[in-house]
Amino acid sequence: MATTTDIETRERLTPGAASSALWDYAPSLEATDHAKLASRYNLFIGGKFVEPHSKRWFETINPATEGTLAEVAEADAEDVDRAVKEARRAYDKSWRKLAASERAKYIFRIARLIQEKSRALAVVETMNGGKPIKESRDIDIPLAAAHFFYYAGWADKLEYAFPNRNVAPVGVAGQIIPWNFPLLMAAWKIAPALAAGNTVVLKPAETTSLTALLLAEIIQEAELPPGVVNIITGAGGTGAALVNHTDVDKIAFTGSTEVGKRIQRAISGSKKRLTLELGGKAPNIVFEDAPLDQAIEGIINGIYFNQGHVCCAGSRLFVQESIVEPIIRKLRDRIGTLRVGNPLDKNTDVGAINSRAQLEKIQELVQSGVDEGAEMVQSKCSLPARGFWFAPTFFTGVAQSYRIAQEEIFGPVLSVLTFRTPEEAIEKANNTPYGLSAGVWTEKGSRILKMASKLRAGVIWANTYNKFDPSSPFGGFKESGFGREGGMHGLSPYVRLS
Amino acid sequence: MSEQLIHSAPSFSPALFRRSLGDALEMVHGVDAVAVEERAASLAKRSLKKEAKVWGLNLAISMIDLTTLEGKDTRGKVIALCQKAMRPDPLDPTVPHVAAVCVYPAMIGFVKKALAGSGVHIASVATGFPSGQTFGEIKVRETRDAVAAGADEIDMVIDRGAFLSGDYQKVFDEIAEVKEACGPAHLKVILETGELANYDQVRKASLIAMFAGGDFIKTSTGKVGVNATLPVTLVMLEAIRDFYHATGKKIGMKPAGGIANAKLCLAYLVMLYETLGGEWMNPDMFRFGASSLLNDILMQLKKEKSGAYQSGDYFTID
Repeated sequence: MATTTDIETRERLTPGAASSALWDYAPSLEATDHAKLASRYNLFIGGKFVEPHSKRWFETINPATEGTLAEVAEADAEDVDRAVKEARRAYDKSWRKLAASERAKYIFRIARLIQEKSRALAVVETMNGGKPIKESRDIDIPLAAAHFFYYAGWADKLEYAFPNRNVAPVGVAGQIIPWNFPLLMAAWKIAPALAAGNTVVLKPAETTSLTALLLAEIIQEAELPPGVVNIITGAGGTGAALVNHTDVDKIAFTGSTEVGKRIQRAISGSKKRLTLELGGKAPNIVFEDAPLDQAIEGIINGIYFNQGHVCCAGSRLFVQESIVEPIIRKLRDRIGTLRVGNPLDKNTDVGAINSRAQLEKIQELVQSGVDEGAEMVQSKCSLPARGFWFAPTFFTGVAQSYRIAQEEIFGPVLSVLTFRTPEEAIEKANNTPYGLSAGVWTEKGSRILKMASKLRAGVIWANTYNKFDPSSPFGGFKESGFGREGGMHGLSPYVRLS
Repeated sequence: MSEQLIHSAPSFSPALFRRSLGDALEMVHGVDAVAVEERAASLAKRSLKKEAKVWGLNLAISMIDLTTLEGKDTRGKVIALCQKAMRPDPLDPTVPHVAAVCVYPAMIGFVKKALAGSGVHIASVATGFPSGQTFGEIKVRETRDAVAAGADEIDMVIDRGAFLSGDYQKVFDEIAEVKEACGPAHLKVILETGELANYDQVRKASLIAMFAGGDFIKTSTGKVGVNATLPVTLVMLEAIRDFYHATGKKIGMKPAGGIANAKLCLAYLVMLYETLGGEWMNPDMFRFGASSLLNDILMQLKKEKSGAYQSGDYFTID
């Protein structure tokens, strides 16, 4: 059982006031028979699915069952070269010459097809990634479609986004995306690139390639000119080949800070443009005048949404000392009501950890929290025997110097710290190498504005958390990266201005 | 899942609890409207099937205050309602009786006779229902007379005029006086949330009602434009939870008005279950103020048994 067995649990939560076994919700499983998967997927290059030059395929699994879903091709340097060549050809021959309003039509078509196939996409996203079906159904897939709709609207209005400038595309974009929001990240990357007239080579994460490949089928169905979007699968080696390819004009990467730094080193001295969206260790700051019960929901959503596999997760909770007692009590009761289990169950709140490697990383960091002396509170929920699982957890008595307060855990684990004054909150919140996002909870409007101006973070949520919209830019400060995705700002990395 | 829980008649212990208005106002804080509505909507998305659904629907029946509050109420109408209350489905003895029949004071006599020995409680509105715009002595007197006539439970209205003009002391004192007049009867305090303007006020009124001695807090009279809603109920349940942690006393909750179908009532039960937990999942701690809800639940229960929906003609209109 790949669970928390190796962790000395300091305190197993007695089911909170709100979670006796009185009422068992019967399983309510999302049907999967309508989501048809092939047994093997090839590379999507030049508008066709082609066998990889490498002649290698790897298995992709369901992290909730460890069962194999399909085989996915592994692209080698040769395959990457093929994809980039196709993208270059499409860029020169068709896409850059196409009337902007025509480009928009193709992008609108992709958006509509995503909506039409949203049920199947949601099911596959959940099976391949482990996230609860309610999240893929209500958030991932609708937002992915919304990004295509949004940027389709910009395609023939670029001169209004950049007034008094000449706007031209950049060329071929190499895009590398993570495993936490597979289809949504593909949409974030592809939609603005296409709208601005670029062609792309996209590499999804190796554990979660399937929805990107379904997107490739959608792109085929939308009859995009061949080569405008190429999707190549593989692990780090494939990504490196794409980053190092000499005919790529722009690299966009979302993932870990460590890999982001490697990419920046690799392309330094080249003409390639770069945007990085990296890790985070976001502060979620709760003042004593906050709407407490809603703040609890924001804290829960901030850290347990998508099992905490969220770069902008509110993983450091800062609580004003005068309300520590009620906040901890409410948090304790609330994590007892989170339903952990089969991601395909419509009532599941927290699904499976994405991979064994990620589970081990979470376990290691949680152990360090216990060893360093923090107090652990963990949901007593039962966990399935197969698959990768981690019970919702939070630590109290965390010092700023502990690893669990410094390092990105990327799991359902929250560190609770305290503060006395707004100045102290700002100082501690900014005391991190990251700066992707932050949350502020207070009923006082002027305090929200003051905090927002002092916090060094790309996104600041006030009295809410983890809210996304295609019209709102997203990106980081410091080691959380640079460049913005979403909104008008999200077009900038994909245009050449003169 | 306890069968006995559903069939047990409501029983209350007299509440001797009383604190000051200051205690209530100390626990007042803001409620974020966007977030509370979002949370309520997410709870309403729970998917309940099969046994879980049947259990919830049976529990819901046992929590209904079957209500008729009309100027045109007659003895005949009220007696028919009582029959329905005792045996919601005459052909199916496994369906529990409802919690109470809720009427105007003038109807208590008929209800008492009709319900004798059934275990179904008699609830009466009082205190100048629904507006509450009458003299204090009359409110107290009406309460006392309703209890003397046989009411087990009194549903009072708060003085919204006093509340909205900031005279919280008056609201508090009136509830306390009515509670005293109730004697052994159980007091439900109607906040009429549709007239309180926002969630901050709902929380404040909830705390005042609980600290002044109410045994239940109730959303609405059913007589204004906006009656019970899921977010308002959530705000009140959260106030009940905070009150319980502060005082150790468990207060009941009654959403009323506009809960007309089985699906919606299950959403309320999910909200109750995931906010206050199993100890509130019984007719002593939670009620639905409703009239047409019962037939919709019966229809759903029949569907779960037979696999097909029956025509409305198979369910009695009372």
